Amino acid sequence: MTRRPSARARAAQWLLLAALLAVAWILGSEAAANMSRRHAGFGFGFLAESANFDIPFRLITWNVGDTYARALLVCILNTLLVSAMSIVAATLLGLVVGIMRLSANWLVRNIALGFIELVRNTPQLVQIIFWYVAVLQTLPGPRQSILLPGGTLLNIRGFYLPSIAANDLAGTTWPIALILVVATPFVWRIRLRDFPLGAKSLLLLPLAVLPFAAGVDHMDWPQLRGFNIAGGVQVVPELVALWAGLSIYGAAFIAEIVRAALLSVHRGQREAALSLGLKPRQVLSKIILPQALRVMIPPMTSQYLNIIKSSSLGAAVAYPELFQIFAGTVLQQTARETETMVILMAVFLSINLAASALMNLYNRRVALVAR
Amino acid sequence: MSEATAGRQVPVQHNFAPGTPGARAVDWIKRNLFSSLFNTLLSLAVLTAAILILPPLIRWAVTHATISGVSRAACTDDGSCWTFIRMRLPLFFYGRYPSNEYWRVDLAFVLLVAFCIPVLREQVRHRLLYVVLLFTAFPALAVWLLSGGFLGLDYVDTNLWGGLMLDVIISFVTVAGSLPLGILLAFGRRSRLPVVRILSVCYIELWRGVPLLTVLFMSAVLLPLFLPQGVSIDRLLRAMVALILFNAAYMAEVVRGGLQGVDAGQEEAADSLGLRWWQTQAFIVLPQALRIVLPGIINTVVDLFKDTTLVTIIGLYDLLGAVEQALKDPPWLGFATEGYVFSAAVFFVCCYALSAYGRSMERRLAKGQ
Repeated sequence: MTRRPSARARAAQWLLLAALLAVAWILGSEAAANMSRRHAGFGFGFLAESANFDIPFRLITWNVGDTYARALLVCILNTLLVSAMSIVAATLLGLVVGIMRLSANWLVRNIALGFIELVRNTPQLVQIIFWYVAVLQTLPGPRQSILLPGGTLLNIRGFYLPSIAANDLAGTTWPIALILVVATPFVWRIRLRDFPLGAKSLLLLPLAVLPFAAGVDHMDWPQLRGFNIAGGVQVVPELVALWAGLSIYGAAFIAEIVRAALLSVHRGQREAALSLGLKPRQVLSKIILPQALRVMIPPMTSQYLNIIKSSSLGAAVAYPELFQIFAGTVLQQTARETETMVILMAVFLSINLAASALMNLYNRRVALVAR
Repeated sequence: MSEATAGRQVPVQHNFAPGTPGARAVDWIKRNLFSSLFNTLLSLAVLTAAILILPPLIRWAVTHATISGVSRAACTDDGSCWTFIRMRLPLFFYGRYPSNEYWRVDLAFVLLVAFCIPVLREQVRHRLLYVVLLFTAFPALAVWLLSGGFLGLDYVDTNLWGGLMLDVIISFVTVAGSLPLGILLAFGRRSRLPVVRILSVCYIELWRGVPLLTVLFMSAVLLPLFLPQGVSIDRLLRAMVALILFNAAYMAEVVRGGLQGVDAGQEEAADSLGLRWWQTQAFIVLPQALRIVLPGIINTVVDLFKDTTLVTIIGLYDLLGAVEQALKDPPWLGFATEGYVFSAAVFFVCCYALSAYGRSMERRLAKGQ
């Protein structure tokens, strides 16, 4: 046990606080003076005013002239979309590369190593711009679109995915399909006479196809009309570039986390499980992965938070996310530096805190319970 | 999948290694590429992919590439045009620094390497002295060389600084500023004084929760607002301040890990010898903690070196910014791939060297324990 801090130290900390408050007060009054000189008071009233700019990519409707508050919502959704897509892709790719790193095959092992070193040692911004300018911008125009399997078209304006046009029934039948899918894991655990239903619950999934199909009017295939593509859903190249940049960069770090976690499971665990007669696949899924997962979660959390924060790099390729629109267009139109910066920081902080709270919750569920 | 995890680097068995090198190679290939059906399929898939991808790539990058000549007329259509990179090399390395003063940048770089060597070498006496020199004598010399304006050197405005030189300068200043601040914050976070602890935690978590880009942008747009009228700080300096404040939070977390790794008995022993709190921390705890976290600090340095590219977004021309500027040059349009591949390659060489050093240090530390 170390000593208690002395009375002098305890007094000094309050002096430190007072000094910091004084500095903050001086800076604040200076800022207030500068603002009043420019006749701009501090306030968020401008959020209710109408914004005269277009947001080229959005998930909810946006009309030029809607309020800044709605622009904020549109941008938050865009940021969340690319973050969520990147987190999922980075996790999957990272898992694959991390397992490849431990392969018995020399070629596979070293390809994974090369990928990780190459990606981790080059700036993320260079990677994102590379995907955008050097890859996506060199694709052919709409008339020479590349046809990918599944009816997807690829050209300089992005991906065109086939979409599903709903009919009148969809409003009632699609929720039923959704309920069936969501219910599957719960049905999995239902016990009938002490036997869990288990894999039989998967029968619900083909069953869910019926109400889903009932709601489908027709498939909307992307097609060339004149000089452009009509039909389908357009995924803009800015989103694809940012998504690729964030996922590949994140995957390289996640791969190392996965590798370290798998190696951290003591080899005795594997040997014991094999000697008990478990099959190799069971050893992996029941013995090694659950233990590795525990080690993985805290570093994975910080990688996920990094991906969310890095989504602001979308500004470099003009993907309309929070930073690009608010630190760019909105700032230029309203000249409200302080307010836009406060909004940006507050939103990113809250998204990050929410994500880290979720991961901590999950961590507590899988953490080792000492008995 | 089971195959992959099952192969947890099985120790290589040499007990039946035959004599001739050829037979040994065959044996190696059998063991490492075709040990099972699954492995054989994997190897064949990888080899097929390599045959499909590598030849066109090599043709583009090497055999059909052009590096000679002085204009784009020298370049062919089906290969890369490194002529563009060669012609723009000074811009990429020195920015718009006056060309007859390049020697000053070169000399500053040589000095940086010279000052770093004794700090990073394995066994050095008076390492602390060299660290102090690196962070005091070297910056003074570098400012004189790069900026000039006194003692016989012409003044060069920071507006003219750019290219890789700017990345290196920003990184050095950021490390020099954020490491001490981070150490203070790490102590603050472990302090038994509640006010100090809460302030440190708030500082660290606030900076770690926001993207670097918003911080840089704040320095460019918001900082002037907090200064008295008439006072203005150089844009580069403002970006450096922002990077220092931001990275100090990350340094603090790295150093805190080291402080926690020092055995509590060390502190108790120092206490019982009658050392004061600050003496204990400065002479007993901190040196041991920094030794533990040196690999972590190097990782942070690699990260912040890569992050210096973000200053292009606030309008400073570092290497990436210089490349983007060169790409907009009308006579040289259309060489985006070459430009970005080049900047990625330069960063790769620097970062790989640094992280390789960090890893070797980690291994050495692990062996010592």
